[in-house]
Amino acid sequence: MRKRWAALAAAGMMQPAGPARWQAAVEIPRIEVAEYHRPYVALWLEKPDGSFVANLAVWYDTRPKRGQGEEGTAWLKDLRAWWRKVGRELTLPVDGVTGPTRAPGRHVAPVSPGALPPGEYVLVAEAARELGGREVLRGPLRWDGRRIEGGRLQGRAELGVVEIAVSGER
Amino acid sequence: MLREKTFLMILVAAVLLAPAAEAHRMWLLPSSTVLSGTEAWVTIDAAVSNTLFVFEHRPLRLDGIVIEGPGGRRLAPSNLHTGQFRSSFDLKLDAAGTYRISVVNRSVMASWKENGEIRRWRGSPEQMSGSVPSQAEGLQVSRMEMRVETYVTLGKPSRDVLRTAGAGLEILPETHPNDLVAGEEAVFVLVRDGAPAPGTELTVALGAGRHAEKPFEQKLVSGPDGRVRIRFPAPGYYWLQATAGEGNPQSGGSRATCVVTLEVLPQ
Repeated sequence: MRKRWAALAAAGMMQPAGPARWQAAVEIPRIEVAEYHRPYVALWLEKPDGSFVANLAVWYDTRPKRGQGEEGTAWLKDLRAWWRKVGRELTLPVDGVTGPTRAPGRHVAPVSPGALPPGEYVLVAEAARELGGREVLRGPLRWDGRRIEGGRLQGRAELGVVEIAVSGER
Repeated sequence: MLREKTFLMILVAAVLLAPAAEAHRMWLLPSSTVLSGTEAWVTIDAAVSNTLFVFEHRPLRLDGIVIEGPGGRRLAPSNLHTGQFRSSFDLKLDAAGTYRISVVNRSVMASWKENGEIRRWRGSPEQMSGSVPSQAEGLQVSRMEMRVETYVTLGKPSRDVLRTAGAGLEILPETHPNDLVAGEEAVFVLVRDGAPAPGTELTVALGAGRHAEKPFEQKLVSGPDGRVRIRFPAPGYYWLQATAGEGNPQSGGSRATCVVTLEVLPQ
């Protein structure tokens, strides 16, 4: 899978209308508190009118629950903007989108908006932390089919820099 | 004669005291309104108080709990408790969708003449036929219906519980009641006995706790189609109340009140 992916990235210039191969770099700040819990994070794309386009990444506590399902889904509603926009409509987990929470630090992960027509979009990042705060960041992202313009958000509390780039571009 | 006088005095007292009684507000307060996961519990407090959502006066009686779940399923509450200042109960949400939690009380007051004396009776509509003679002289009957409700949703919201119960006064959500965000407009329809109730006053108040000096409060009137549009200014728990009809037991008639508690989330 990863090999195929690297090959695709290498041939990136020929990338046609298929699913765009991007990567997300998400900075989770180290916060000095007595009881720290890793934040839930969602990253998605909207159109400028606020309509939903695609999920890029959702990180939550995916540990299995005794019985059925996953223990941590109970707090997904704390990603309020994401939950209202699309989260409550989904059956979890979502392949290629959902994954476990991440520790403080900079995390690079492959993401895909699917077959995304060129155009103007809004990149949204939301983080919510137990016993902590919640932060929602929005910023423009222009996609011409090959390159991304914008796609960089600067958090202040629960997130650091959040950046989307084409795979292999950086 | 004496009994008639006493009864009239009670009536007068009831009318005079009505505004004071109205200052006390009935409410339900759910522990959460928007939930995720495969199942979840909510606890609902129920009380009557002056300050919204602060239990400081008396509990709301839980006799008339009606809980409807997704698909119109009837559910039973657990762990019912009535204390000095509040009642409370738990509800397990075992399937995705929207739940409507109501406390409904219907009562009838009747007065009539029997052997030259005024008789009066108060009870539920079901008990009335056994207690009040249907052909009595000077029979006056007044009906009251009280509906206190709230909504909670697990996972994806559903709409099957948002339809009219067909009786009494209802504040029916057109905008989903668990999809309310500060600054956005939400639409409700006031409905009486299943039909739109135009020209009915609705109070919208923010429960801001006992330390707020002047919490947000607004009065709106339903339009010709029974609709009201509300723009909630800030996140929080809101209390909506509407009353329709006449409640004077001397002239008969009917009076219906509906209260809905809603949570409005931040953007």
